[in-house]
Amino acid sequence: MAARVLIPAVLLAVLAAVPFTAPASVLLFTLALAKGLAVLGIVVLLRAGQVSFGHALYFGASAYAVAFAARAMQGGSVSLLLLAGVAAAVVTGIVVGLFVVRYRYIFFGMLNLAFSMVLYSVLEKFFFITGGSDGLRVPRPTLFGMAVERFEYETTLFYLTLALVVLCAWLVYRYFQSPLGEALRALKSNETRLEYIGLSARGVLLVAYVISAALAGLGGTLLALVQGHVTPELSYWVRSGEFVFIAILGGAGSVVGPFVGAIVYELVRAYASAFAADVWQMILGGFLLVIILFASRGLVGMYQDVEERLFSRRVVTGGRRRPV
Amino acid sequence: MTELLLLAVLDGLAYAALVFMVAVGLTLIFGVLRVLNVAHGSFYAIGAYTATSLVIGLGAAGWSPYLAYPALIISAVLVGALLGGLIETVLLRRVYVKEEVLTLLVTFAVFMILEDVQRLVWGVSPMFADAPLSLLGTLAVGQVYYTAYQLLLLPAAAVVVLVALRWFLRSTLQGRLIVAVAHDREAAMAMGINAKRVYMTTFMIGATLAALGGALASPTTSLTPGIGTDMIVLSFAVVATAGLGQVEGAAVTAVLLGLGRSFAVYLYPEMQVLMPYLIMVVVLLFRPQGLFGVAEMRKV
Amino acid sequence: MTQPLLSVRDLHIHFGGIRAADGIDLDVFDGETLAIIGPNGAGKTTFINLCTGYLKPKGGRVLFDGRPIVGMAPRRITRSGIARSFQIPQLFMEHTALENLMLAAASREKTRWPWLRLGALPQRDEMLDLLDLFGLVSVADKPIRELPEGVRKLIDIAVALALKPRLLLMDEPTSGVSSAEKVGVMDTLARALAARRVTSVFVEHDMEIVERYAGRIAVWSAGKIMALGPPKEVFANPDVLRNVTGV
Repeated sequence: MAARVLIPAVLLAVLAAVPFTAPASVLLFTLALAKGLAVLGIVVLLRAGQVSFGHALYFGASAYAVAFAARAMQGGSVSLLLLAGVAAAVVTGIVVGLFVVRYRYIFFGMLNLAFSMVLYSVLEKFFFITGGSDGLRVPRPTLFGMAVERFEYETTLFYLTLALVVLCAWLVYRYFQSPLGEALRALKSNETRLEYIGLSARGVLLVAYVISAALAGLGGTLLALVQGHVTPELSYWVRSGEFVFIAILGGAGSVVGPFVGAIVYELVRAYASAFAADVWQMILGGFLLVIILFASRGLVGMYQDVEERLFSRRVVTGGRRRPV
Repeated sequence: MTELLLLAVLDGLAYAALVFMVAVGLTLIFGVLRVLNVAHGSFYAIGAYTATSLVIGLGAAGWSPYLAYPALIISAVLVGALLGGLIETVLLRRVYVKEEVLTLLVTFAVFMILEDVQRLVWGVSPMFADAPLSLLGTLAVGQVYYTAYQLLLLPAAAVVVLVALRWFLRSTLQGRLIVAVAHDREAAMAMGINAKRVYMTTFMIGATLAALGGALASPTTSLTPGIGTDMIVLSFAVVATAGLGQVEGAAVTAVLLGLGRSFAVYLYPEMQVLMPYLIMVVVLLFRPQGLFGVAEMRKV
Repeated sequence: MTQPLLSVRDLHIHFGGIRAADGIDLDVFDGETLAIIGPNGAGKTTFINLCTGYLKPKGGRVLFDGRPIVGMAPRRITRSGIARSFQIPQLFMEHTALENLMLAAASREKTRWPWLRLGALPQRDEMLDLLDLFGLVSVADKPIRELPEGVRKLIDIAVALALKPRLLLMDEPTSGVSSAEKVGVMDTLARALAARRVTSVFVEHDMEIVERYAGRIAVWSAGKIMALGPPKEVFANPDVLRNVTGV
């Protein structure tokens, strides 16, 4: 049972030390965690058995919302920009969600993709508003009312991201255990029955959808704040594919998986690119194939398997594995 | 003004011809294997690169430039049969039993790998071999001059593919087996049809068609890394709008999206990338099964 | 004459050429136990589907407690007080037996508070008692996936009961239950229903069960009700005997 807290605790401790142990990687880890938030959004939807092929919609929409807001305010404050980014995602999520939750499986996935490509096309071509494929610069906001230097900014934002990640992971964990979250899982196994106990499948899915949109939006917001620059590519289909990729890589059965997966993904990308620029996609692609073929519960799932074998730990109340 | 419209139509049709070839392969693969092949764009790109290399090679070896045309076709078949066959046997076959999202991710992983393969084999500098295009010269259509390649050869090739595919699926044994498996896998297997072989054949045909699209496109544009990524999502838009598995429907929607795009290019350029996806959203919102797809019956 | 709890008039539906409901007229009264019998394909399950919103009739009217429910979504019909169990149990396979019941309870109570764990809801004891009623406490923490068909059948009924319905429609409640246990299960069920003052309508093929537990019987034949009345009367009807029980 202690293992449930063990992985996250160790991970947290290691991450918290990054600005001291590997200060040059602070940016990398911040971006990885931001991506992880979007992946957590995917995991929420996977719980209902649905995959969105277009979550980059929220990633990009929030990032650009932050860019516009920051430019309008000539900086603004971090808290205001966070609010703007997440609000953009929530509003878009509700509007798109109202349409999208009527569909399932491949149609659900495709419709999400379509919306995200609509945003991408607008971002790419409407040059005079969006800066086109060059993107927009995001002026650095103030922290707690103070303008800060780059190093302090990046470090503070790293800890802010880490704190938000912990908060979101915990909130999603509680959500999964709540009646609404369990109803989400029930939707996957028997939607008819769900209606026959008086719940609206669309309503349950809409709540999950907006939550997942908000998470992806938060990720995009943090990316915009940290990177200082947004491009249309943030809404491109490859980005959406990456989110799903990382979800499976890390393990879709837990709230820690997305972050483990994202960090591994970014580390492999950074190191592979350093050695040979044209092989990082091959390595990551190969890695994913191995995971799918031999360990489809992802890295965290693999860990849980090993842990069970080593400690022969079966949860006392029954045979069902509890999500981390 | 009519010149502009005429150009838009011709552009749209040439473009639609290429997109159709890629899309029809994608829809065929989905119809039979129930797999959304993200790597389809890679077949397109590798078909294009292979064709360009062959044409350049032919030119360098001093052979007749007219051999470029069969070379285009040969590249496509090589890529489709070898690469497609390899991927299906080694990888896809193992994941049919798994959840759909995993099969899709396998094709996504293949896409990523092939992106790097392209860079490693052909480098990142643009490649261009327009001999097949320039050999045919230009034609006058009213006041407008247009390359014969794009005006005639591309649409003709698309029509040939459509007709040949229809004939193949309806009139040959192998084609009817494919249709049977697409309709009802279990029933087909119960009748003794070797579904495994059908899967492989279908995947190879689909891959070949995508590669053919790429090979035929290669004389019209300079090749750089990433040409596959735009094509895959566009051909996917065509397939989704037509309805997954619809072969003739894909031709219609390819023309629809192609014309939509080209009219945007001439009339409202900012909308050109947007048009196909806007059409897709509108169609899917009203008919999620696509313009020609069959609505799924509710299971009582 | 009190107002019937469920009132069906001239209910019609057809699938292609088959008239699955060909003008059904039926009143179900508060507190009664009505059995529906008839050969396969006569339209018994279709009737339940029509009354619970799974199917929309081509014509006719269904009143529950005086209010029309034709055209309402299953979700709203359930919330009005009609629950059903299925011929093939419809449960949440990955959840445990207790969790299935807890989900029904949470829905019933419209539990809005998001932070409470499903397993920590105040209705937990009530649901355990419900499982106890059917002798299923031992499987409370087993996922449905791991349970045999007969047990799933009982849990399916328990889930419907967990909703505290006023009317319970059951589609072949004892099919899948071993004949040794059938009477025990029906006894328990009958007592539970009486204690909770739940009106019940059940489709059944086992005539002994029907005779023993039904207050009235409706006999279905080719989409129509061909006989309606207490068991003694219905079973004395030679047409019924020929049409139904002879099979």
